[in-house]
Amino acid sequence: MQSPQIFSFHGGIHPPENKVQSLQLPLGKPSLPKELVLPLGQHIGQASRPLVEVGAHVKKGQAIAINNGFLSSFLHAPTSGTIQAIESRPVAHPSGLSDICIILTPDNADEWTELEPLNDWQSVSKTDVLAFLAEKGIIGMGGAGFPTHVKLQGAHKHPLTHFIINAAECEPYITADDMLIREKTLELILGIEILQHLVEADNVVIGIEDNKPTAIAALQQIIRERQSSIQVAVVPTKYPSGGEKQLIKLLTDKEVPSGQYPADIGILCQNVGTCVSVYEAIQFGRPLISRFTTLTGDALKAPQNVEVLLGTPIDHLLDYADIEDNKLSRLVMGGPMMGFTLDSANVPVVKTTNCVLAATKKELPPPNPEQACIRCGMCEQACPASLLPQQLLWFSKSQEHEKAEHYNLFDCIECGACSYVCPSSIPLVQYYRHTKAEIRDAREAAVKSDIAKQRFEARKARHEAEAAEKEAKRLARQGAAKPAAKKPAKPAPEKAAAAAAPVADDAAKKAKVDLAITKAKLKKLEKALLEAQEKEHTEEISALQLQVDAVKKDIADLEAKVAAAPAPAASKPAAPALSDEAKKAKVDVALASTKLKKAQKQLAEDPDNQELKDKVAGFAADLKAAEEKFDKLGGNAKAAPAATARPALSDEAKKAKVDVALASTKLKKAQKQLAEDPDNAEIKAKVEGFEKDLKEAEARFAKLDSAPAAATPAAKPAMSDEYKKAKVDVALASTKLKKVQKQLTEDPDNAELKAKAADFEKSLKEAEARLAGLDTAPAAQATPAAKPAMSDEYKKAKVDVALASTKLKKLQKQLAEDEQNSELQGKVVEFEKNLKDAEARLAALEAPTAAPVANSAPADNAAPAVDEDALRKLKIDAAIAKAAVKKAEKALAKAVELGSDDQDSLEQQVSKAKARAEELEQALQNGGQVANKPAEANSNGSGDAEFKERLKKQKVAAALAKAQVNKLKRQLDADPSAESLQQELSAAEQKQQEEEAKLEQLTNTQENR
Amino acid sequence: MFTVLLAIGILVALALVFGAILGYANVRFHVEGDPIVDQIDAILPQTQCGQCGHPGCRPYAEAISNGEAINRCPPGGQATVQALADLLDVEAIPLEGGEAEEPVKKVAVIREDECIGCTKCIQACPIDAILGAAKQMHTVISDECTGCDLCVEPCPVDCIDMVEVGVTSRTWSWDKPQGVGVQSAQIIATDRQTEVLH
Repeated sequence: MQSPQIFSFHGGIHPPENKVQSLQLPLGKPSLPKELVLPLGQHIGQASRPLVEVGAHVKKGQAIAINNGFLSSFLHAPTSGTIQAIESRPVAHPSGLSDICIILTPDNADEWTELEPLNDWQSVSKTDVLAFLAEKGIIGMGGAGFPTHVKLQGAHKHPLTHFIINAAECEPYITADDMLIREKTLELILGIEILQHLVEADNVVIGIEDNKPTAIAALQQIIRERQSSIQVAVVPTKYPSGGEKQLIKLLTDKEVPSGQYPADIGILCQNVGTCVSVYEAIQFGRPLISRFTTLTGDALKAPQNVEVLLGTPIDHLLDYADIEDNKLSRLVMGGPMMGFTLDSANVPVVKTTNCVLAATKKELPPPNPEQACIRCGMCEQACPASLLPQQLLWFSKSQEHEKAEHYNLFDCIECGACSYVCPSSIPLVQYYRHTKAEIRDAREAAVKSDIAKQRFEARKARHEAEAAEKEAKRLARQGAAKPAAKKPAKPAPEKAAAAAAPVADDAAKKAKVDLAITKAKLKKLEKALLEAQEKEHTEEISALQLQVDAVKKDIADLEAKVAAAPAPAASKPAAPALSDEAKKAKVDVALASTKLKKAQKQLAEDPDNQELKDKVAGFAADLKAAEEKFDKLGGNAKAAPAATARPALSDEAKKAKVDVALASTKLKKAQKQLAEDPDNAEIKAKVEGFEKDLKEAEARFAKLDSAPAAATPAAKPAMSDEYKKAKVDVALASTKLKKVQKQLTEDPDNAELKAKAADFEKSLKEAEARLAGLDTAPAAQATPAAKPAMSDEYKKAKVDVALASTKLKKLQKQLAEDEQNSELQGKVVEFEKNLKDAEARLAALEAPTAAPVANSAPADNAAPAVDEDALRKLKIDAAIAKAAVKKAEKALAKAVELGSDDQDSLEQQVSKAKARAEELEQALQNGGQVANKPAEANSNGSGDAEFKERLKKQKVAAALAKAQVNKLKRQLDADPSAESLQQELSAAEQKQQEEEAKLEQLTNTQENR
Repeated sequence: MFTVLLAIGILVALALVFGAILGYANVRFHVEGDPIVDQIDAILPQTQCGQCGHPGCRPYAEAISNGEAINRCPPGGQATVQALADLLDVEAIPLEGGEAEEPVKKVAVIREDECIGCTKCIQACPIDAILGAAKQMHTVISDECTGCDLCVEPCPVDCIDMVEVGVTSRTWSWDKPQGVGVQSAQIIATDRQTEVLH
């Protein structure tokens, strides 16, 4: 046997070897520790997935974790025992962080599971052998922990010229491989033969440093005995000859190109430890459950090599080697060059732990402070990868990552030779490691942001497609509805619009939008104020009042703006007004046609319904009128005002609805005024008047609803629905009234307005009366009435009313701006008439339609339906209220941060909002219970479903309560001195407990069922 | 005289030949320049959070190419400002709002017991990283979450937390050494310095 030629690599250092200490004693076998800690991520790649559950009993060698993807590995129980836990434990990692581990308590029986060796490894396919190795948890034991089967698979892609066994063990102190070769020489050679069979390399070379003469002799003897073709290459001792690339250079004079693997140039490297574990796995079926580890360092009285079970805590090993705690200054896992300091000795041995170094202060003195680079170039001389460490240092320091990469930073093997020789004590490798990590992070971030971008763009595209589809559908509907109306309508408004000043139009639009938004805000505030007034929370009232005032001012400004915007155009001929009217007319046509279509649809479903037929005829007439008007507008602009009246009539219902909404706003305003100035007799009178009006409106509603109520004995839920409606009507009526009164104050001489105000008052009073009637009636109405349908026609009529009134309002506004315009006044009168007509129609519709529906409805089913509806509404309200609370709280937090003066008011607002949210929740809860009661009573079959629903609701309630408690706690954290907060918190907690108790009760009931 | 004419003639001929070659090369090997908007967009962190006042990162990239300030991207932090400054060859300015600290990576986490299934967060998520349906529990796909914060506000029961992405042993990286004049672990050439607890 001739020894192979040895080459050399660039750089390298000769640190003190310190290997003799640990070779004085024979191989030690520590006892079983109290527990074994087995991290799931002992290898490079994905962490393994546990196969066992806590409490399970496992036998020695049983698989306890399975590979999780391609680059992953199995894990086996090192001894028999019980799985005590699967939890986060500190692991051997330079960061000192914890990771998920399986904790095994040995039962001291050390009972093997049944092992299945792979005796026919020479005949089965190589893929099967690799799979077998994977299942035995074999990974590279040199330090990186690369799964062996993956490495062998990679080697298959290229024809191999060299198969190198790495026995160099160049790092100081470590003698684990040396001891392994001495103890298991035959096993090693047999393992190499198995691997040689798998990889089929031309040459098999064991690379070993010349400081291990005993091991070299043992190897050569066995090789001679077996007449093996394996060569032993004894290389001179130089750090880091054990580096994969360096050893390849030493034995083959080939360099692994940057960014490539040894397999790419036909070379495969394996550690001796890996070879032995491969042999044991195949020959005996023994998985990787133990390894050779060096225990060394001057702090140990008995430094030695041990064969240790994976998962053994370092503590246990140090005790075994007689640690002298007072001498220990640093505990290092791995060697002194590439190892890392352990924060605690309470970490386990893993598959890659080749050395534990318990060093005294003298051995590893604290490093000198870093000094400036003197450009001596010694690092370049030492670098085994032929890099330019100095250059890399500059780039790392200045974070020029691209340049660092360009200078092949990623070829650095982090051996530490440069730092070792640096006379300025610069921790060069730390710089490189940091920069490498930064570059990797940046790459990952780039990948992630690419994905985010893709997803964002996909979402955008989807939304656009949805919008386009909707638009297309809308256009299709429109096109089908009014092919006739569209043609004549189009040119006229366009021309008119072109004639009007477009800029002014735009500004007006914007102002209007702003106005609408501000008005909505005002509405919300006023609602809150109303509640505050009801509960006589004086502080809250004043706080809210201030806000309302501000918003009102905004509205006034905006209204002025809106008024100003169209003004210049209006003062010119009649062009803009005309275009406005034309637009309105267009809308009317559209509405009329829509209505007609709907009615026709209904008619198709119910051809015998005389009423519907009448309606369809009426709608058709309306549509015709609207179209006529359009034509007229197109031809003669000045005739428009008169013409608008007709179509308006057809659209009463929708308009009325809108009107109703507007009216309610007005009502709120008046109440606010009163709150602001409680002593103002005038306002008081006004409010009284409103109240009266309200009663009237209620009365009106009672009248409207009396037909259905009389026809069928109305059920309670339906009743409550009506009641609600009536209330809303009252509110709306009073609002309307308020607005008119406001106008009246602006223009006290306007007789028309006065008349209108009187009208509204009357209607309000009616509504109130109705409400009162409903109030007293509920008991009498016993059967659940089927009001919910309320017939489509009725709804439509209502909408018409709303539209008509909207138009009216618009005109009135115009009138207010331009009082002298007699034309406008005439129009207003006409619209009012229209509105009244629409209302009358609505009333007419209501009576007959409600009656049949009520008659036909099977009484039982209707009630829950109505109730559920109400419940849902309540839920939504509650959620909204919650949101309001949140927002208010946020505002408060901000105010506190800024030290703003209005903290108090904001706090009040918050508590107010909270009160509302709670109230709603309560209502919700009650509602849920009420809703469920009849259902339970009625249907035993569907009882379970109902119950589940109830349970869900209760859960929601509990969640809401909890959310509130959390919120309050957070607030309290921010401001611990606030007593009110504490009180609130305790209240909220109580509530939460209540809710949870209820929930529990429900859950128990469910279980009992 | 002939020599002079010859020299001039040769030079002219050479000039014509090289001119023709250059002209051909210009046409043949024409490279479509990478539009600046794409380059800016590549630098932006793609959280799509809208904190810059634009609906997404690309609109902001377009705005920057039209002259908007480069310091309106809080998720990107000062590093993004620096990268943009380098790209556009303008001065790097401090991040708007004066936050010097680097942004912490966060992801949204829904407290699933408290979720009422309102789908509001789903609608708010710019990258569809929230999974759920009406009245069903929702959950965040944390691998996709960019931590943009947009789902927190719409939640009616306040059950979404922004949780810092903790460092695990797999994402941990070495600190940068303190620099000249500061002691750092050196004998173990690559080590950091810590106390040993035993």
